[in-house]
Amino acid sequence: MTDAPLEIETDVLVAEGGPAGTWAALRAADAGADVVLVDKGWCGASGATAAAGTGVWYVEPDPDTREAAMASREALGGYLADRGWMARVLDETYAGMNEFAERGRYPFPVDDEGRQIRRGVQGPEYMRRMRMLVRRAGVRILDHSPLLELLTDADGAVVGAVGQRRQAGGDYRVRAGAVVLATGGCAFASGALGTHVDTGDGTLAAAEVGAHLSGMEFSNAYAIAPAHSSVTKTAYYSYASFYRADGTVLEGAGSTRGRSVIARTLLSEPVLARLDHAGPAEREAMRRGQPNFFLAFDRAGIDPFTDRFPITLLAEGTVRGTGGIALASTACDTDVPGLYAAGDTATREYICGGFTGGGSHNAAWALSSGSWAGCAAARYARTATDRHRVATGAGGAGLRPTGTGRLAAREVIREVQGQVLPYDLNYLRHGDRLWPALEKLHGLWREARDGLVDDDPWRAREAAAMTATARWMYTAALARDESRGMHKREDRPGLDPAWHQRLDVGGLDEPWTRTAALEVAA
Amino acid sequence: MIEVISEARCIDCAICVDVCPTNVFDADSRGRPSIARQSDCQTCFLCEAHCPTDALFVAPLSGPAPEDSPLRDEEALAREGRFGEYRGWIGWGHGRSPGSRADRNQVFTLRLRALPPPEPVVPEQEGPRP
Repeated sequence: MTDAPLEIETDVLVAEGGPAGTWAALRAADAGADVVLVDKGWCGASGATAAAGTGVWYVEPDPDTREAAMASREALGGYLADRGWMARVLDETYAGMNEFAERGRYPFPVDDEGRQIRRGVQGPEYMRRMRMLVRRAGVRILDHSPLLELLTDADGAVVGAVGQRRQAGGDYRVRAGAVVLATGGCAFASGALGTHVDTGDGTLAAAEVGAHLSGMEFSNAYAIAPAHSSVTKTAYYSYASFYRADGTVLEGAGSTRGRSVIARTLLSEPVLARLDHAGPAEREAMRRGQPNFFLAFDRAGIDPFTDRFPITLLAEGTVRGTGGIALASTACDTDVPGLYAAGDTATREYICGGFTGGGSHNAAWALSSGSWAGCAAARYARTATDRHRVATGAGGAGLRPTGTGRLAAREVIREVQGQVLPYDLNYLRHGDRLWPALEKLHGLWREARDGLVDDDPWRAREAAAMTATARWMYTAALARDESRGMHKREDRPGLDPAWHQRLDVGGLDEPWTRTAALEVAA
Repeated sequence: MIEVISEARCIDCAICVDVCPTNVFDADSRGRPSIARQSDCQTCFLCEAHCPTDALFVAPLSGPAPEDSPLRDEEALAREGRFGEYRGWIGWGHGRSPGSRADRNQVFTLRLRALPPPEPVVPEQEGPRP
């Protein structure tokens, strides 16, 4: 880039404008901070939520109902979640959705008694209104402006970020009192609905300034989709029967219990589905619940209720897995002064343990962690008075080659996908298969460090971030020498009570792990 | 993937160029969009949702449609009522009311809670921490 960068000074910089980022920006602006939000795509359409419909973990503040809500997934998550965090998320989500109903005027459905049902939102409508609220609060939005790297001062505190302006041209350089990373999880460009922008960029940037991660072994979420399509909506497949190509029923297959049967079968032959348990009322409700689910069928000439259609499982990595940047407290602060993390960028183990946060939990987490991060970042920014300290870019792989690169970014991405998308590597895990995959990923990382030969900087960073994320995933998956939550090892089928703890992972050239106590100050 | 921009319906507002989260479109000097980077399309249908004149059609395929596919034939698609179909469902555009008012997602959330969950690896007796 030869153009001079766009220089901006602000109190709080928010990276990415999905649910977590928009809540962070809104709360920071409410607290009186100047806020800049940069989005890799377009705030309002970027990320996994905008394209989907999602439940929200919105639970009435009745003690018994709340207790049941907190208890419901504890066993599935391997008892790695935390009641203190759950209670706070339930409080924040309840208040936040109620506020959104008033302030955002979201057109919620109403029940028979005329009360709004606030337990779910439709992505396009939700994110359109969040963008509107953020703009109304005075936040400056830079769309099509992917983050490239964080800036740190001499003490290692985060003081801003640099990114690329894909449409306007040139780079931007934002000096900020605090930075909130809300860049989503990493789905490895698997094609799962809305996740192309979710490539782990913020996670890599955070690790480069010294933040560490947690729960990265819980990163093997896969969603059901028609084989020809991007549209994932696994909940609807609870009405499905699953078949082999010859029309016989695939025994043991199911959308929740039995998804691994589907994965195992797909390794050698096609699997077909038909939503044959949905009655007329359910069929209509499905259309209303997520209309784009049916675009995938109507436009392909398939009636999903009467026709058998081939399905696939699309990797959702840490988008519906739970791993991410470890937090120091419910202020959503990290190991690094000035750096905050929210939404899928942060670990959701605190409320999900090792089970998927997919759907309502992740939506509640995005709202809650975004809100907390925005408030805390605004508060911290007030103490960071000197905006003119020397700032250095912390970005490595994909930005600052250490040698002469030979691989193209797209080639690295394809190679990483080859190690993380296959069901027999990531979903159906076995140490004998994970070790060689991790070795290949280490090799790709060395190539990426060496330098990537072509492409825009943002694409090179995607390649580096996916490589780094994949290495943290498998490093953690091999370290956790048992099965727990969604992490199931064929070679370690049982639970080991000694592993009733969280697992931290970090490092760039030399990934490391360490066990961590369950308590994090809530 | 995005397959069709209807010349007749497009009003050169370039909103699709703005809203596409993966920057698939380019606009010329008049604001007329073209599909510049189809391979980056993630088939999220959001350009269709935001197009004020129902001028876009996203095929349901994760890859490009074949050359002779009806999914690339504007007239055939118009006959089937494909333009503006998604906007009709979500209730965006003049004279439509928000589809979210008719949302019944909560039905499925409740159903999922009632179903047998996936096999937990952890025996119940390990229990929550005190």
